[in-house]
Amino acid sequence: MLSFVAKRLLGAVPTLFVIITIAFFMIRLAPGGPFDSERAVPPEIQENLNRVYHLDQPLVGQYWLYLKSVLGGNFGPSFSYKDYSVTELIWSGFPVSMELGLTAVFLAVLIGGSLGALAALKQNRSADYTIMTAAMTGITIPNFVMAPLLTLVLGVYLRVLPVGGWGDGHELKYKILPVVALALPQIAYVSRLTRGSMIEVLRSNFIRTARAKGLSEWLTVTRHAARAAFLPVVSYLGPACAGIITGSVVIEQIFSIPGIGRYFIQGALNRDYTLVMGVVIFYGVLIIVFNLIVDVLYGVLDPKLAHR
Amino acid sequence: MTVSQDQPGWKTGNQTPLLVVDQLETRFATPDGTVSAVNGVSFSINKGETIGIVGESGSGKSQVLMSIMGLLPHNGTSTGSVKLEDREILGLSRDELNKIRGTRMAMIFQDPMTALNPYLTIGRQLTEVLTYHQNMSPTMAREQAREVLEQVHIPEPGKRLDMYPHELSGGMRQRVMIAMGMLCRPDLLIADEPTTALDVTIQAEILDLLAEQQAATGTSIILVTHDLGVVAGLCDRVLVMYGGRIVEQGPVREIFYDPQHPYTRALLLSMPRLDDDLAGDLPTIAGQPPNLARMPPGCAFAPRCGFASDLCRQAVPPLREIAPGRSKACTLDRLVA
Amino acid sequence: MSVTPLDASGVAPQPLEGTSLWKSARRRLVRNRAAMGGLFVLLIIGIMAILAPHISAHAMDDISWENIGTPPNWADGYYFGTDSNGRDLFARTLYGARVSLMVGILASIVSLLIGVTYGAVAGYMGGAVDNVMMRIVDILYSLPFMFFVILLTVFFGRNIFLIFVAIGAVEWLDMARIVRGQTMALKHREFIEAAHAFGASSTSIVRRHIIPNILGPVMVFVTLTVPKVILLESFLSFLGLGVQEPMTSWGVLISDGARDMETAPWSLLFPATFLAVTLFSLNFLGDGLRDALDPKDR
Repeated sequence: MLSFVAKRLLGAVPTLFVIITIAFFMIRLAPGGPFDSERAVPPEIQENLNRVYHLDQPLVGQYWLYLKSVLGGNFGPSFSYKDYSVTELIWSGFPVSMELGLTAVFLAVLIGGSLGALAALKQNRSADYTIMTAAMTGITIPNFVMAPLLTLVLGVYLRVLPVGGWGDGHELKYKILPVVALALPQIAYVSRLTRGSMIEVLRSNFIRTARAKGLSEWLTVTRHAARAAFLPVVSYLGPACAGIITGSVVIEQIFSIPGIGRYFIQGALNRDYTLVMGVVIFYGVLIIVFNLIVDVLYGVLDPKLAHR
Repeated sequence: MTVSQDQPGWKTGNQTPLLVVDQLETRFATPDGTVSAVNGVSFSINKGETIGIVGESGSGKSQVLMSIMGLLPHNGTSTGSVKLEDREILGLSRDELNKIRGTRMAMIFQDPMTALNPYLTIGRQLTEVLTYHQNMSPTMAREQAREVLEQVHIPEPGKRLDMYPHELSGGMRQRVMIAMGMLCRPDLLIADEPTTALDVTIQAEILDLLAEQQAATGTSIILVTHDLGVVAGLCDRVLVMYGGRIVEQGPVREIFYDPQHPYTRALLLSMPRLDDDLAGDLPTIAGQPPNLARMPPGCAFAPRCGFASDLCRQAVPPLREIAPGRSKACTLDRLVA
Repeated sequence: MSVTPLDASGVAPQPLEGTSLWKSARRRLVRNRAAMGGLFVLLIIGIMAILAPHISAHAMDDISWENIGTPPNWADGYYFGTDSNGRDLFARTLYGARVSLMVGILASIVSLLIGVTYGAVAGYMGGAVDNVMMRIVDILYSLPFMFFVILLTVFFGRNIFLIFVAIGAVEWLDMARIVRGQTMALKHREFIEAAHAFGASSTSIVRRHIIPNILGPVMVFVTLTVPKVILLESFLSFLGLGVQEPMTSWGVLISDGARDMETAPWSLLFPATFLAVTLFSLNFLGDGLRDALDPKDR
């Protein structure tokens, strides 16, 4: 198991490398960026820049220093939020985004998995068609269309939920719409995935054996079929996390939620290079970590892999 | 080898048969039309008997088993009657069937690797039968599972309980399947080509194991196979199937030494023997098995039969008794060697 | 006495009609009602987009001070109503269609070209070169591209050409994989060698053997990539990082509509519906094409 983790970590290193290198060069090449001599940069920022980017060093030296500082978690000062470093901003937005994201993943697996299993059990009957059509809708309609529409219905017409904002971070009513809007495409995808997988599994020989043993349909499905059918869903969790990170950017913007995604967009609109770069690198690391966790999880759950 | 031949009743049929199948028909609805897999199969099996069902692929032999066990897919329907000790089980609800499956009748399948759940331990797959059907406590169930693994001669049974199917060899997996089937001491064990996926040496072991289990518990066995050698080794009676129908049935020795149906004879002749003359071609049966979606009006074997007459082609010959305990579905009175 | 085999006098087998791959694919596609429906809708939207200036009563950037945020009004020619700046939503939606569809198709083509070239090179070269190239693809595959596209727009400005290139540059991975697979398979097929032996030139080999094998996956790829691209472009525009004034796209319209939805819900509903319907139609068509060309790939 340890060698498995080590191997995967090793595989992730090039990816991280690629991200950081791209980040470095993009900052240097950007027109109007901190290295563009024509741009008028306020003196206090210029001082910070010189300190952080070591502009007096040769290129290789700069790259090396950048690498070190990034690996140490220092992304430099923010260009638009004058008194804050990028790290501080990421740190403040992280708990919010994390809460949003993890809840969405949880919902995706729970609701998506159940709906998909239900659709598989009632294959080709009305429940199946309804669920699959809903899933198709959830996948095709982008979340920046779905979220406003949901808000229109629930927030404006029916007035049961607030239209935006986060409150003090503890009130449930502010969290419902964003989490639902974020989770919907993933619920849709997981339900389709689960349905397909469950249908395959229900056709397999060992399910026939379970029935031949006279086990109830409930036991056959939950104990025998579920384990096999959910493995592909576990595999999907990696890409699902990436999808949720992507989605959170939009959702936080629409609902004015103070998470990392919102800082990212504000940074993009304000051309805050360091902020934007820092967030991308941070997200990259998150995705790599999530993928690693998922791979380990899969290795634990599949007995054929666990015995190596 | 088999004890059943000495058991009173099987020849005279005095006791109530364990299982009576009467005019079983199974059809599948497919996009290409209705496929008649089983076309009016009738037979019975007594307590302690072993009968073999032989036939080519597509003869319907496996579907007979599936129909009896109620394991047909959604597009399959069965008509007719299947009575287990005078109780009609064809058409029972799934919940009712589940009370009988695994307890009074059990089934083992062809490929033990895919027939066992790769994600559960052997122990789990064994104990769940006991905890579910007999409400046994997990500790007792585990102890019984260990015992039954011993009975099927699996070394280190305690350890095996915590292993997964992929950690065992093919022969051992099939033993586990047999153990699983015998756990509740069923009256009827149904085996669908249990040795086809195994090496020849292991085959013999498995067959011996089945015989041994039967001797110990008096279970009746229905064994489906395409291998006549397997039948000869284990069965008391044999049913020969073709085109979804039984074409001949009777005691094993009599069928083998004096086949009375052209198909049975052709089948026996096509089996190469160790003492055969090596020169000449291997005899085969010319032609193809019938298309089960479009069955000919008469005998299904007529197109390939050297003795076929117009009478054969017009109507399906009924299964008629030609000697005590023997019957065949053929218009010929006697097939001379 | 042994059984003398008789000729099988059973039912005579039906002769099979030879059907070309394309004919049977076309038949399957036509039978797929969802795909045909999608195609029909796409044609309608496409025609409306092309004829936009002729069928709208107002220009897309015409501001009318009397008609700020008004609901649909067929008499005055404001079929979809107006937005909060008094501009005709119908015209703007159709212009948005133009932009979205154009970006979709062009970026997909860029994607296609990059992917085909990359894949063909990797497949043809094989060995270590192929290994490295495919490893790069694997690494790139695990990164969410949306971020890099945003980065590109932040750093290099928001001109529409850049958007084509940026989006196209992130969607090529699947095509590269497919083309590489095909190239490798074909490289080893005997008929290529035979064709070579017969003196067939490389171009004719490419034309007669490679292209037909690739055409199918290419068609499916383009049809399924266009909605992804449209989605990406709408996403960017929604966030304010896509096309700039006075041009508009569905993403911009949806963003504005979301902002105004309490007072003028039609300004959200119309562009949102158009976007959703287009995406659905493209997906149905793409799925239908894929099923028609490779029915076993379910």
